[in-house]
Amino acid sequence: MDKFISHTGSGLPLRRSNVDTDQIIPAVYLKRVTKSGFEDGLFAAWRNDPEFVLNKPQYKDATVLIAGVDFGTGSSREHAVWALQNYGFKVVISSRFADIFRGNSQKAGLLTVVLPQDQVEMIWDAVEVDPAVAITVDLEAKNVRVASATYAFEIDDYTRWRLMEGLDDIGLTLKKIDEVTAFEGKAPSFKPKTLPIRA
Amino acid sequence: MGKTLAEKIWADHIVHSATGEPDLVYIDLHLIHEVTSAQAFDGLRLAGRKVRRTDLTIATEDHNTPTQNIDQPIADPVSRLQVDTLRANCKEFGVRIHSLGDAEQGIVHVVGPQLGLTQPGMTIVCGDSHTSTHGAFGALAFGIGTSEVEHVLATQTLPLIRPKTMAINVDGVLPVGVTAKDVILAIIAKIGTGGGQGYVLEYRGSAIRALSMEGRMTICNMSIEAGARAGIIAPDETTFEYVKNKPHAPIGADWDAALAYWKTLRTDDDAKFDTEIFLKAEELAPFVTWGTNPAQGAPLNASVPVPSDYSDPEERGAAERALTYMGLEAGAPLKSIKVDTIFLGSCTNGRIEDLRAAASILKGKKISNSVRMLVVPGSARVRLQAETEGLDKVFLDAGAEWRNAGCSMCLGMNPDQLAVGERSASTSNRNFEGRQGKGGRTHLVSPLVAAATAIRGTLSSPADL
Ligand code: SF4
Repeated sequence: MDKFISHTGSGLPLRRSNVDTDQIIPAVYLKRVTKSGFEDGLFAAWRNDPEFVLNKPQYKDATVLIAGVDFGTGSSREHAVWALQNYGFKVVISSRFADIFRGNSQKAGLLTVVLPQDQVEMIWDAVEVDPAVAITVDLEAKNVRVASATYAFEIDDYTRWRLMEGLDDIGLTLKKIDEVTAFEGKAPSFKPKTLPIRA
Repeated sequence: MGKTLAEKIWADHIVHSATGEPDLVYIDLHLIHEVTSAQAFDGLRLAGRKVRRTDLTIATEDHNTPTQNIDQPIADPVSRLQVDTLRANCKEFGVRIHSLGDAEQGIVHVVGPQLGLTQPGMTIVCGDSHTSTHGAFGALAFGIGTSEVEHVLATQTLPLIRPKTMAINVDGVLPVGVTAKDVILAIIAKIGTGGGQGYVLEYRGSAIRALSMEGRMTICNMSIEAGARAGIIAPDETTFEYVKNKPHAPIGADWDAALAYWKTLRTDDDAKFDTEIFLKAEELAPFVTWGTNPAQGAPLNASVPVPSDYSDPEERGAAERALTYMGLEAGAPLKSIKVDTIFLGSCTNGRIEDLRAAASILKGKKISNSVRMLVVPGSARVRLQAETEGLDKVFLDAGAEWRNAGCSMCLGMNPDQLAVGERSASTSNRNFEGRQGKGGRTHLVSPLVAAATAIRGTLSSPADL
């Protein structure tokens, strides 16, 4: 997982509420055997509509998704987070996220920022006026900066530390890998091994 | 105060423990299959990581594999891709795999024990909820998600919150014709599909002690259907005898050391369980499910329940929905229910003893003209053993189909599925809507009931023949 200290990019205003994980990535896309390549499935049901915001050329380089309330509800599929990341998003801003989606995203290193709905609306407006406006999401300072405006956000210390260190759960465990090795050193010799194969 | 068996095994596997954090638990054996491993391997690849302990990891193909024409390429492209991906990943990362056609291929929870890789006192995980099966050996074994599969591949550990413990005591002698499957179905009907949530279930008592290893596996297998991630049974002479001489069992001085350790693996007399429940073996009977979750079951001699008899509105609604889906009439005797398909197999009841039990009923008899019967051994090794004993002949002579090993109709990911509205008596573990095929209707039964039902065409026990 990459370290997340601060990110600056352009925004995509998704003015819809209750976008569930079936909409983020429909079930038919789940048969894939990789964690990558889900970008084709992102918002698949809406992609046929040329008016859908993701299809508009002015937003094609967006890396910050500014979503409506209750983003990521529904099934617990981890694929929803992967699809957003595969497409290139680094941050999702919303006034409320579904718990499981938020948990999954924090595990995978996709930053989810909660701002009050009126501030989300201000960012939507700013991005629609100027799609190229730089949005800086600063995890260290715990704020979002758009043009001259600054919006502070809250995040728990443990998650913030983990994201800033770029530590996924595996990364965290790998910090204790010497303890794992020491534990393995004490394993009794009668414990079974799959290799070499015995018939 | 003393410790429970599960607490002892947990304590023996803690790598790191600190307040406010989950324990970091060492994993002794990681079983892999094609459905839940692909993204985990891909995650390793993206991060440039390796499988830490290939010598504690083993893969087999089971969920998608066809049970006919196994010498041909898998016809369904999605299934084939999942299997091919597993093969490629195992090759790339150096993981031992038993592929279709190999004598050790089969359902992952049948393969581990038959190779002797499942032993007392171990921690065992697999990206499959029925990993609880291995608890029958006095191991702490549970299913995990794909992210956790990746975590174990990379570190051979998992950060875990310690579960609570529940004792399920079954004392007495089981009546003739009552099997491990009936015991576990009765337990689930008693505590409900959520009753075990957050617990390790320890099955105890003289009726459990009297079971064979395979019967114990059937019990532990379905712990997850009661909401528990793990079930466990203390190892004893039956366990040691079963493990001894299996390919990966300890030998020589290692065997003696292992045995000395295994004998300490029991719940201390002064240990306290968080919850305890009791069943009397004498009161149990052949059991069958009538609904769409494994807790919706009743003794075979009973009738389909009448929803209005339930005082709890939630349960009443669930029963009404289940009867509609199942196409059953409230109050009808369960034995009047006609079935179309008999499925004998799965990680619950696809072992050699299960096949022997069913064959003992079918020997010299014919299955009803109105049913088809699929016999799917849990592993290729079980199939070979059955053929050595002539069981395949018994099934074929009776009019059943003798298939190759795999999960098959337990979940219908391969071509073995129920058609819309078709009804099965199945020795598997889940009777969820659509589990065995879209619109299919499942009654969970023991191998003995499955065989008797095949002969009569209606839900029956051997006593009805
Ligand atoms: S037999 Fe059924 S329950 Fe067992 S592992 Fe296969 S699909 Fe899962």
